[in-house]
Amino acid sequence: MSAPETSGAPARVRPLSPHLTIYQMSRYSLLSSIVNRASAIVLSLGQILLAYWLIAAASGARAYGRAAAVLASPMLKLVYAVLLAAFAYHLIAGLRHLVWDTGHGLDRARSRQSAGWVLALSVLLAAALILWVLRGAGPR
Amino acid sequence: MSERPALGRVRGYGSAKEGVREWWAQRLTSVALVVLGCWFVVSLLSLPAHDHATVTAWIRGAWTAPMLIIFVLVCVWHSQLGMRVILEDYVHEVGWKTLCLAASSFAHVAIAVLSVVAVLRIALGSDG
Repeated sequence: MSAPETSGAPARVRPLSPHLTIYQMSRYSLLSSIVNRASAIVLSLGQILLAYWLIAAASGARAYGRAAAVLASPMLKLVYAVLLAAFAYHLIAGLRHLVWDTGHGLDRARSRQSAGWVLALSVLLAAALILWVLRGAGPR
Repeated sequence: MSERPALGRVRGYGSAKEGVREWWAQRLTSVALVVLGCWFVVSLLSLPAHDHATVTAWIRGAWTAPMLIIFVLVCVWHSQLGMRVILEDYVHEVGWKTLCLAASSFAHVAIAVLSVVAVLRIALGSDG
């Protein structure tokens, strides 16, 4: 374990997190971190879609009809499934992070265990949400 | 009061006691989004249809517009903080990093403003 020197980095340099060259993450925590960030990026991009949908709704029935042709396309239905899965994962992984912030569950064994729980629960939640959409009146 | 050398203080080394501000904002917004995100997804999936009449009627409901606006603002704030961390972790070249962070900030502000204005236009019924 070679601890990095507490070097005199200027205060302007903001901290970075995955110091992959000096910090050996376990496979599980690495995977859950990557998936959490991937789901974050997906949800961030989803906000563009949300804005587009709201603007279309605000622009009147005719404009909404034109937008609906895009929003209800098969391609977009796949996007909604991905968004719901990302929501499910990011929600449950976020709850894990909030528990970590209280100082609990940080040891290796328990963080590995909770990574498994996060994955299992988020798959269940994502499946439940997608099934709900499929059983309902049809998405969008 | 301080044993730090003057040069270090001048260069701004050490804590300015403000380092936790964004960390704390990220936590507050995540707690809020646990509730707001679930509300949004459940509401959206509960709608009987997603045609114009149904959607605008939903947004004109008493609590929808305020909740939707709060959701969008908290969501965009959380997203901006998170994307900033991701960009800082993976984009190292100063020029690119600056460009990416600026673009990300502009995009987040634009999305927030456009979404909120759209919700207000529907709720206040100036259109459609």
